[in-house]
Amino acid sequence: MEVTEIAAKELRYQKHQPKDYKSENAIRWCPGCGDYAILTSLQKAMAELNIDPHMIAVISGIGCSSRLPYYMNTYGFHSIHGRAAAIATGVKVANPELSVWVATGDGDSLAIGGNHFIHAIRRNVDINILLFNNKIYGLTKGQYSPTSDRGFVSKSSPFGTVEEPFRPAELTFGARGTFFARAIDVDIKNQTEVMSEAAKHKGTSVVEVLQNCVIFNDGIHNKTSDRNWKADNTVILRHGEKMIFGKEENRGIVLDGWNLKAVTIGEHGYTIDDVLVHDATTRDNTLHMKLALMDIADGLPVALGVIRSVKELTYEKEYEKQIEEVQMMTPKRSFTEFLLNSSNIWEVK
Amino acid sequence: MPTNPVVTDIKQVTIRFSGDSGDGMQLSGTLFSTLSAIFGNEIATFPDFPAEIRAPQGSLQGVSGFQVRIGAKDVYNSGDKTDVLVAMNPAALKVNASFLKRGSIVLFDTDSFQKRDLDKALFQTLDPFAELNLDYVQPIGVNITTLTKASLEDSGLENKEILRSKNMFALGIVCWLFNRPLEIADKLLEQKFSKKPLLVKANIKALTDGYNYGNNTDMTASTYRIEPIESTKGFYTDINGNTATAYGLIAASEKAGVDLFLGSYPITPATDILQELSKRKDFGVKALQMEDEIAGITSSIGASFAGCLAATSTSGPGLSLKSEALGLAVMTELPLVVIDVQRSGPSTGMPTKSEQSDLNQALYGRNGESPLVVMAAASPTDCFESAFEASKIALEHMTPVILLTDGYIANGSSAWRIPEMNDYPDIKPPYVQKKYKGNAKEWRPYFRDEETSVRYWGVPGTPEYMHRIGGLEKDHLTGVISSNPDNHQLMVNTRKAKIEKIADFIPEQQVTGDTDADTLIVGWGGTYGHLLEASLRLMANGKKVAYTHFRHINPLPRNTHELLKKYKKVIVAEQNDGQFAAYLNGRFQDLDNIHKYNRVEGQPFKVSTLIEEFTKIMEEK
Repeated sequence: MEVTEIAAKELRYQKHQPKDYKSENAIRWCPGCGDYAILTSLQKAMAELNIDPHMIAVISGIGCSSRLPYYMNTYGFHSIHGRAAAIATGVKVANPELSVWVATGDGDSLAIGGNHFIHAIRRNVDINILLFNNKIYGLTKGQYSPTSDRGFVSKSSPFGTVEEPFRPAELTFGARGTFFARAIDVDIKNQTEVMSEAAKHKGTSVVEVLQNCVIFNDGIHNKTSDRNWKADNTVILRHGEKMIFGKEENRGIVLDGWNLKAVTIGEHGYTIDDVLVHDATTRDNTLHMKLALMDIADGLPVALGVIRSVKELTYEKEYEKQIEEVQMMTPKRSFTEFLLNSSNIWEVK
Repeated sequence: MPTNPVVTDIKQVTIRFSGDSGDGMQLSGTLFSTLSAIFGNEIATFPDFPAEIRAPQGSLQGVSGFQVRIGAKDVYNSGDKTDVLVAMNPAALKVNASFLKRGSIVLFDTDSFQKRDLDKALFQTLDPFAELNLDYVQPIGVNITTLTKASLEDSGLENKEILRSKNMFALGIVCWLFNRPLEIADKLLEQKFSKKPLLVKANIKALTDGYNYGNNTDMTASTYRIEPIESTKGFYTDINGNTATAYGLIAASEKAGVDLFLGSYPITPATDILQELSKRKDFGVKALQMEDEIAGITSSIGASFAGCLAATSTSGPGLSLKSEALGLAVMTELPLVVIDVQRSGPSTGMPTKSEQSDLNQALYGRNGESPLVVMAAASPTDCFESAFEASKIALEHMTPVILLTDGYIANGSSAWRIPEMNDYPDIKPPYVQKKYKGNAKEWRPYFRDEETSVRYWGVPGTPEYMHRIGGLEKDHLTGVISSNPDNHQLMVNTRKAKIEKIADFIPEQQVTGDTDADTLIVGWGGTYGHLLEASLRLMANGKKVAYTHFRHINPLPRNTHELLKKYKKVIVAEQNDGQFAAYLNGRFQDLDNIHKYNRVEGQPFKVSTLIEEFTKIMEEK
């Protein structure tokens, strides 16, 4: 065998394929469920990043989304309702070398697990949270969720809800999140891209996936996911690029006083120079918040892509650093030696 | 006042320092017990403080006490009644009046026994001793506040700080009463306030002046001399139960060669474990203060999944919140040590008071058939042994273990011989790559070791053993989600059998006392000291009594049934309404000899009451 052939073979051997992340378990989501595309995107992202499957841990809570670990040929833990972020925190702090993912939904992370969700984000522990947002409880067959819009009619709100929903981005920024991205389940390319970015980000990454529940909330994201409307109703944000969207790619986001505004380039005096350039890295999250909350109802496209990605200290690294610092100052010793050197010791001879 | 000092040699004496929450009684008590231990006495302590951080000054509910029993030997508990009470205010006298022995000394601060102080403690007259009918004690009034002020006039301290040193002046008097060498106390103060040299100096001065005051005025008829003990050779320290628990976990992690992880949330009286382990970064301990009790246990479950010796520390209300996650640990068969430092319940109950009423919760407090290991520590130093053994069982048998301690032993301290870790057994977790004989491709997560029924531990990061676990029932062979009825029955049986097999790895139950005894007294957990002393005294009085104390509650030692059957009467004594007795009755339904003694007061047992009550039960036909 030629040397180059050996090298090429090794490269093939080392380079993981999406199939390397597929487990033998039969998938049990409903036909047509948005979760299939999320799974495919995740496997593609992992292959792109070429992470060894044994170095990956996927943790989930309860709900349709939380079945995902079973379908991954990695280490996986399908836990209890709402607790995935706390379990993942334990996993990551225990072994910071692992690539740790959380598969969760709007009920799992924003209702019963809300506390763990915000505190994981606040600590900025380096985990990647995939938040499947279908605005419904699917596994319990159709009750409204904390992201359901006011007035939403469901089995547990037959006359419509009388409460405001959480907006995941707002909650993430409120908890001082360092990374927030959004994608649509059907868009595998964009999803794979934001998942890769989430994995590369050091700190808690929240990826909100607008996911369709084909059985209990079909079409809830149609205005953004339907191919007829998608181009005009969404804008994909990329750091350093202009915020341009639309079928004709002639629309842009500009600043209008304190507010954002969608304009057509070449009309009403707006030129390409007026269109904002996306900066995902500013510590101040004011503009990120405005971008993340853009709403079709206000004549603005829904922002997709990486909206915020800011470098900050991560919890597990800082914890390790503290341990190293203490150990530098203290001589290495056994537990018995430690006891013998503590205060209040006396000897009986 | 008597003038001829008599030095009395006695075996044991109980002293209680009592005052306002802010009077520094815990510090005086701790210093006195530590220096007594260093002097060579056996000690047992009982800090008894209110839940309020600062209740209204001088009020009855604000009284904070620290009781210490010292002796030449056989100090099994902190004592029923006191020989010496230090009362810094009238409220302290009133609250502790019923605990005073005949002839006991009451050292009180006359400066704080004025009309307004008496009013705050709801006295009707100006003579609190007469009002409480305390004609059988020796009151010794000293104007401690005035004398402390005079002592520290030139100390450079603010008036407020000077007043705070009253406790040291009082401690000085007590040190004189008991012939304690002041040099040890000085050293302890230097350690305690190492960053505040001015305070060290002032405290030592107040202490010394208090001592000299006692010496110069020959203020009492009796001073006590308690000789040092002849103990096993070695190095000693004094330790409380919470610290011993934390140390047991560290020792186990060192022995097993795995990192120690604690996920926790502050809760009285367990918080010290979190605080102690947070200090121990020199051993690489990862102690996380999480956002709630649930995150405390679930982060630990995550760390356990990732290969740590994982623990969580809590008290009763916290254990309630952890129930669902405990079930997850049972189902996923991950090692986990859960420490429940029990306190009075239900609900918030009496946070600073001790009880044994979480046993049912530990045994049964989960949905489904959810067996796990339950153990209980007997004394402050036994917390070390128990935490070590709990960790060993968790790691080697891949199971959650609940270790029950309680507020009494968690905060109480005794002298502890520093262990030689070579004498402790190895801890060998069943790592899949080491223990599983087949090849990696065929391995599935619920394959078990035939002898122990324990599943293998495949830790993330290990090549080739990727797998999925979770709270859903799994097929016993493939590890895939299964709701097959036969499989579920099999898994229920298997999980139960796995825990029962642990009985092969724990010692048989031992008995103290006569082989021909008619009555067996049974205890478990933190009541050990009181029950042992009561049993020994009954034996000394010629009663046919034996005593046995359980550390292992689930599974029980192999010989438990046989043992209990042998006696005419079995008296199960607990600080709950009969939970262990009911458990034994449920396990061994042929037993008809079980009697119960139960007190649920949030206070330690009293040996004298135990003796009376046990005698009554023994005399019943």
